[in-house]
Amino acid sequence: MNEEKTLYVPTMAEMVANGEVPDILFWVGCAGSFDERAQRITHDICKILQHVGIKFAILGTEENCTGDPAKRAGNEFLFQMQAMMNIEVLNGYEVKKIVTGCPHCFNTLKNEYPSLGGNYEVIHHSQLIQQLINEGKLKAEGGESFKGKRITYHDPCYLGRGNEVYEAPRKALEVLDAQLVEMKRCRSNGLCCGAGGAQMFKEPEKGKKDINVERIEEALSTNPQVVAASCPFCMTMLQDGVKGQNKEQEVKVLDIAEITARANGL
Amino acid sequence: MTNKPIYTSSKLQLLCVHNKIFITLALIKTNYAMVSQLLFLVLLLAAIGLFAYNARKIYRNIRLGKALDRSDRPVERWKTMLKVAFGQSKMTKRPIAFLLHLFVYLGFVIINIEMLEIVIDGLAGTHRIFAPLGNLYNVLIWIFEWLAFAVIISCAIFLIRRNIVHVKRFFGVEMTSWPKTDANLILVTEILLMTAFLFMNAADYKIQLHAGEDVHGAFPISSLLTGLLPESPDALHLIERACWWFHIIGVLAFLNYLPYSKHLHILLAFPNTYFSNLNPKGKFANMESVTNEVKAMLDPSFAPPPPSEEPMRFGAKDVQDLTWKSLLDAYTCTECGRCTSVCPANITGKLLSPRKIMMDTRDRLVAVGQNIDKNSSFQDDGKSLLDDHISREEIWACTSCNACTEACPVNIDPLKIIMDLRQYAVMEESQAPSSINAMFGNIENNGAPWKYAQADRANWRE
Repeated sequence: MNEEKTLYVPTMAEMVANGEVPDILFWVGCAGSFDERAQRITHDICKILQHVGIKFAILGTEENCTGDPAKRAGNEFLFQMQAMMNIEVLNGYEVKKIVTGCPHCFNTLKNEYPSLGGNYEVIHHSQLIQQLINEGKLKAEGGESFKGKRITYHDPCYLGRGNEVYEAPRKALEVLDAQLVEMKRCRSNGLCCGAGGAQMFKEPEKGKKDINVERIEEALSTNPQVVAASCPFCMTMLQDGVKGQNKEQEVKVLDIAEITARANGL
Repeated sequence: MTNKPIYTSSKLQLLCVHNKIFITLALIKTNYAMVSQLLFLVLLLAAIGLFAYNARKIYRNIRLGKALDRSDRPVERWKTMLKVAFGQSKMTKRPIAFLLHLFVYLGFVIINIEMLEIVIDGLAGTHRIFAPLGNLYNVLIWIFEWLAFAVIISCAIFLIRRNIVHVKRFFGVEMTSWPKTDANLILVTEILLMTAFLFMNAADYKIQLHAGEDVHGAFPISSLLTGLLPESPDALHLIERACWWFHIIGVLAFLNYLPYSKHLHILLAFPNTYFSNLNPKGKFANMESVTNEVKAMLDPSFAPPPPSEEPMRFGAKDVQDLTWKSLLDAYTCTECGRCTSVCPANITGKLLSPRKIMMDTRDRLVAVGQNIDKNSSFQDDGKSLLDDHISREEIWACTSCNACTEACPVNIDPLKIIMDLRQYAVMEESQAPSSINAMFGNIENNGAPWKYAQADRANWRE
């Protein structure tokens, strides 16, 4: 079971060249493409897709930033330039369905592209995992056991409040038979990790403490073994927070996709 | 010795005046009903007239905002209003405040039925015109009395929370002396109005007992107050009338206080929730004017529609650049601070406070309105919402997490204003923090917010 399966991740261009059409386009996103920590999540999303036999492709070098950070920082020009370019590529490949590894890409593609001419069925990877679990295609067996482990889930703003996706990531955790412990501020009351609204790309304004510290203190107060995330920006902020508290040894910060992949021995 | 009084002319005059007053008093006594009806009518019309005058100004000010179409999906809009404003659905997140506010809210809504009787009695010179409703009337008065009692208790607890226990939510940089006074004035007025209502009933109840007739109305609370009142029927009549007038004048005065107060939410909560943003919170509107320019840039054959007459500005520098909904939001805000108490920036000590954004917007809008009143059209006063009220430090501290919009019990959207101000700073002034400018540069040059080569985007596969 443990033999390393080779990961085959074709680009749209490669698929089309072979005369194939993918079931779904995996929108990797900038963090998922370049950030080392997020790349591991990207790998695991691909492993899950491959494991259940979904035919997928990425855009590769044809993928461009969705424009989300530009838009949230007030640069509507740059956002729409990015959006139009991406829409041209996506429409060129006649893409129908997209799964994203990032709630920010998910929100932008799903909500802000349609009025610019980009109409796709867009889901976040936690929703895909939920769907696969519901269909019985994905279980939690054959890999690392999370049974009885204390896991707390951090709601990303653009998945939770932004699009009211609260249940899908929790469903992925429920099948683990783990002990799900909620923070006081969870679901619609969830506290931001501090990275949204283009904060990821700037120093915070002066204040009493950093937002990610406030959040990780709350997460750690639930005594978790795993802090679960589903956004690469939240991942960075939470990971930094855990490091700052010197809890790296005891507490792991893992994405829903990573947990799912591990539980299935992928 | 004759004691004939010697009248000087001034003494004569005085006597005449005395006589006049005496005669007038006698007339008033005999024609009390008629005079009071007339007085009531004048007061009522004056109060409504003044309120209409101020309401029109507020309406005009809101219409200074930019166009925004919120006429779609009427069924969903009515449902939202019924649920959020009428049904108080978002208040339940804080159970204690919810319960206390519910009493005051129900008091406001239901005791207004009693107001209807008071207004008819005042105009027609009748007394308890709904009394023939019999048992139903008794039930109604019974409910009003309990609600009035609940309102008094709730307002007293609210005063304690604000002034003695110092609930953190009611403090902050924006909570200067006027907002605090405003809140206390509202609460004290409500207590006084309800007290007058109860004493009016108490006096009336005692009069009815003395008269030995069947008692109209049920008085569970005010019957306990009768011991505090004198026995003389004249004094009881005087107290009953005094409380009646105090109550109705108080209500009319309160109505006219609303346009100057945060308490305006009791009216605007309804339209404001009707015109709520019904889209997912994460979805930000795309600027159409930009779309045309971008299309023209990417496709030279694209002919953009002719630009509108007015010089256009990207984003918002002042209140006129905001949408009318943002301005309605500002008038609707009752400064409860639920937004600020959940704002991650504010929690961690940053300057940003969503409640301040709303209060600043209203303050600036009122100033712009006064400017228009004075000059018949807006004359540049060298001030603007951005910088003179809201600082750059505040707008750049926002994480756009939507905690504020989620928390607002009347669906106010401070985030929209923050984003409009950011758009102005970036698109009109190119005044973004330098690291943000660097991020823009990266996206433009290599299609990612970080400095990585586009060609390396799929290298993670290796």
